[in-house]
Amino acid sequence: MAEPVLVTEALTKEFGGLVAVDQVSLDFATGAVHAVIGPNGAGKTTLINLLSGELRPSSGRIHFQGREITGAPSNRIARLGVGRSYQKTNIFPEFSCLQNCWIGAQARLPTSMRFFRAARRYRAVAERAERALAQCELAHRKDVPAAEISYGEQRQLEIGMMLATEPTLLLLDEPLAGMGSDESARVIDLLRRLAKDHSLILIEHDLDAVFAIADTITVMVNGEVLETGPPSQIRTSAAVRESYIGEGDTS
Amino acid sequence: MDLTAFLIQVLNGVQYGFLLFLVASGLTLIFGIMGIINLAHGAFFMIGAYLAYSLTALVGNFFVAVLLGVFVMVAVGYLIERFAISFLYRRDHLYQVLLTYGLILVFNELQKIIWGTDFHSVPVPALLAGSVPLGSTQSYPIYRFFISLVCLAIAAGMYLVIARTRLGMMIRAGAWDREVVQTLGINIGRLFAIVFSLGAALAAFAGMIGAPVSSVYPGMGDQVLIISFVVVVIGGIGSVKGAFIGAMLIGLGDTFGKVLVPNLASFVVYALMAAVLLWRPQGLFGRGT
Amino acid sequence: MSARSESRLVSRPLVGLLGLAVVGFAIFPWLGGQYYVDLLMRVMILGIFAMSLDLLIGYTGLISFGHAAFFGLTGYVLVMVTPETGSISVWLALPACLIAAALVAAVIGWMSIRTSGIYFIMLTLALAQMLYYFFNDSTKYGGSDGTFIASRPSVSIGSLRLLDLGDRLTLYYVVLASMVGTFLLLMVLLRAPFGQVIQAIRANEARTRALGFAVQHYKLASFVIAGALAGFAGFLEATHTGIISPAHLSWHESGLVMIMVILGGMGTIYGAVLGAFILVFLQEFLQDMTEHWQLALGLIIIAVVLLLPKGVAGLPKQLAGTVGGRRQSRDAASVVEANDG
Repeated sequence: MAEPVLVTEALTKEFGGLVAVDQVSLDFATGAVHAVIGPNGAGKTTLINLLSGELRPSSGRIHFQGREITGAPSNRIARLGVGRSYQKTNIFPEFSCLQNCWIGAQARLPTSMRFFRAARRYRAVAERAERALAQCELAHRKDVPAAEISYGEQRQLEIGMMLATEPTLLLLDEPLAGMGSDESARVIDLLRRLAKDHSLILIEHDLDAVFAIADTITVMVNGEVLETGPPSQIRTSAAVRESYIGEGDTS
Repeated sequence: MDLTAFLIQVLNGVQYGFLLFLVASGLTLIFGIMGIINLAHGAFFMIGAYLAYSLTALVGNFFVAVLLGVFVMVAVGYLIERFAISFLYRRDHLYQVLLTYGLILVFNELQKIIWGTDFHSVPVPALLAGSVPLGSTQSYPIYRFFISLVCLAIAAGMYLVIARTRLGMMIRAGAWDREVVQTLGINIGRLFAIVFSLGAALAAFAGMIGAPVSSVYPGMGDQVLIISFVVVVIGGIGSVKGAFIGAMLIGLGDTFGKVLVPNLASFVVYALMAAVLLWRPQGLFGRGT
Repeated sequence: MSARSESRLVSRPLVGLLGLAVVGFAIFPWLGGQYYVDLLMRVMILGIFAMSLDLLIGYTGLISFGHAAFFGLTGYVLVMVTPETGSISVWLALPACLIAAALVAAVIGWMSIRTSGIYFIMLTLALAQMLYYFFNDSTKYGGSDGTFIASRPSVSIGSLRLLDLGDRLTLYYVVLASMVGTFLLLMVLLRAPFGQVIQAIRANEARTRALGFAVQHYKLASFVIAGALAGFAGFLEATHTGIISPAHLSWHESGLVMIMVILGGMGTIYGAVLGAFILVFLQEFLQDMTEHWQLALGLIIIAVVLLLPKGVAGLPKQLAGTVGGRRQSRDAASVVEANDG
C-alpha cells in the first residue's frame, strides 16, 4: 500500500475561457476505492477524461505507478493498465456481448497486426474475454447482440469490456447511472469484489453506494477539490454539506 | 513578368477566386449547417451557365436573363431539397455522396438532352463590353471588373446577413452545432430549405455571370465541383470566411500556376490543399470534426 | 466460442451459393460467346476492385472517394515497366505494381487518415484527382488519351512458358482464380485479430482507442491493403484490355466502384462482386436501350440509395425486417466464429 497508484499535480483543463478542472492535486492509493463526488458541472467527468488520456491537460501532471503519463494518448494509457467505463453507455451495439469483451481482451496482445491466424484460435484472448464476461455476470448472454440486452445489462457490459483488458486501475464514470435498486445492488457487489484486487476511482451521484464502498472520498466543486478524506470525515463536514445545499437527493 | 502582366494575373486570379467563393460558400454552408455532402453543387453552376445562354437568347438582355435565372434556380434548389436531399439528413455521408453523385449523372445527361454537346458562348453584354487600359500596352476587360465587383457586393451582403440578421444567426448557430439549433425550436426544415436553395442559387449565379468569360460546355460542373471542395476543405467546413480566403488562395494559386508552371497547374491546387491540411487537418477556420 | 446459427457471414447455405457462383463463372466460357467472356472478365476484375473498397467502407468505416487512384496507377506502372519489344516477366511486373500501389496508398492514407468525416472523403477525392491530373496533363504517357501497353507480362520460369496471358481463356481463369483468391484473403484478414480491430473501429472508434488500440495504425494498414488490392485489379485490367488512360483514375471511376459496393451490399465482401455484376450488366442493358443511359443509371442510383440501403445482398433481411431495425445487418461476431468447413 506504499506508493499511490495515481498522482495528479496541479492538474488543470481549460476550454476557451472556462476552467473545468482547476489545479487538482490528488493521490489515489493503491488498492483503494477512491470516490469523486460533487454537484453537476464540478468537473468530475473532465477529470476522468484527463486521467484516461481522452483529454490533454492544459497544465499539470499525471503519474501512474510512478511513471509520468501526462498528455499520453488514451490507447497508450490503457495499455499501461488503466481501464475506463463510461457514464453514457459506450459499447459495440451490433456485436454480441462476448464480442464486446473480445476486443478488450485482444488489446492485451502485444499487437493485433496479425493477419492470418483466426482470432478465435487465440486461446488466451478467448479465456480473458470469457472471464470478463463472467465477472460482469453476463455469461448467459454471450451471443446476444449488445443492442438487444437491457439497459442494466448494458451497464454491466460496460464494466465487462473494461475488465477484459485486465487493468490494474479502474476509472468508473457513474457505473450506477440510471439503475434501479436491484441492479445497483448487483453492481455494487461487483465493485466490492473488484476492489479486492484492483484500485478503483469512482465518480458517482448515488451517495449511499459511495459511502458504502469508498475508502476515500474527494469532493469537487467548480473544478476544484473542496475536501478529501474518509467517508466519516466527509459525511460530517460542514463545507461539504454546504456545497450540496440545493442539490437535494442526488441518487 | 512585368508589373502590368503581374497585375493582370492578380486581377484574373481574384476574379476567379470570387466566382469560386460564390460556389464554395454555398457548399460550405450546406455541409456545415445541413451536414450534407452535395456533389451536385457543380451541376448547379453548370445549369446557371446554360440558363444564361438560353435565357439571354430568349430575352435578349443578359441582366434580365440573370435575374430570371436566379429565380428559376431558387425554385429548382427548393424542389431538389424537398424531394431528394431531405431524405439524407439522418443518413451516413456515404449515402449522401452516392445520391448526389446520381444527381450529377442525371443533370449532366439532362443537359446533353436539352442543350446538346456543343460548346456555347454567352456574349458579354454591350454595356460592359469595353476594356480599361492598363499600363501602356495592355488593357483589361470591363466585364471582368464587373464580375469581381458583383461578387464583392454579394460577399458583403452575405456578411451582413450572417452577422446582422436573425437568419444569419440561425445559420451561424447551425454551422456551429446543428443539434443546438433544433433544441432552440427553430424550424429546421425551413432553415435547411432556405440554405440549400440559396446555396444552389449562388452557385448558379456564379455560373451565369462567369459564362461570358468562359465557354459553356458539358461537364463544366465537374471541374468546378472538385475545386470547390478543395476551397471548402482549405477554408474549413461551415466557415464562409474560410471559403473566401480559400477561394482567393486557390484562385490566385491556379491562375499563377497556369502561367508559371503550365504543366503542373492542376497539381498546384491540390498541393496547396495538402499543405494546408497537413498543418491544420480541419482547415483554416474549421471546427475540427 | 459457441456457434450462432443465424446470420453468419459465411454460413453453410451461403458458402453453397458462392461455390455455385464460382462454378458458374468457371463453366461460362464453354457456354457463352467471346463478347460475354470479356464482359464477365470485366465483372470479375471490377469485383476485385470493389471488394477492396468494401474492406474500407464496409468494415473499417473509411469512406474513400479516391480509390480509383490505385486502380489506374498500376496500369501506368505496367506501361512504365513494359519494354518496347519483348515482354516483362510477371514476377517483376506484378510485384512492381503492387508495391507502387501500396506505397502511394501509404502516402495518401497517411495524409488522409489524419482527418475524418467529410474531410476524409474530400481529401481522398482531391488527392486522387492530383494523381489523375498528373497523368492527364503529362505528355509522357499519352496525356488525356492514354496509351497502349506494348505487350502483356509473360508468365514463365526460365525459358519454360507457364501461361499465355494473351490467350483470352487463360486470362479468364487467371482472373477467376484471382477473384476467388482475393475473396479468401479478405475473409482470412477479417477473421484474424486485425480484422476484429478494424471492425471494432467502424463500430465505435473512440472506444476501440480507449481499449488500447492505436487506431490510426490499423486504419492506415487497412487503407494500404485495400490500395494494393485495387492496384492488383488495375494490373489485371491493364493486362486484359492492353490500354490505360487517366479515366481509370477519375473520380467517376471511384464513384462507380462505390456504387457497386453499396448496390451489392456493403460489409459482406461477396456483395461487392454482386454489385459489380449488376452494374456492368445494367450498363450493358441501358446502353443498348438509349444513348442517354447515364440518366437512367443516375436515377437507379438514387433509387437504390433511397430504397435499398443494404443493397441486394441485404434484401432478404430488409424484407424480413431485422430485429433492431435500422442497424447495419452484419454481425461481426459471426466473422470470428465463421464456419469451420
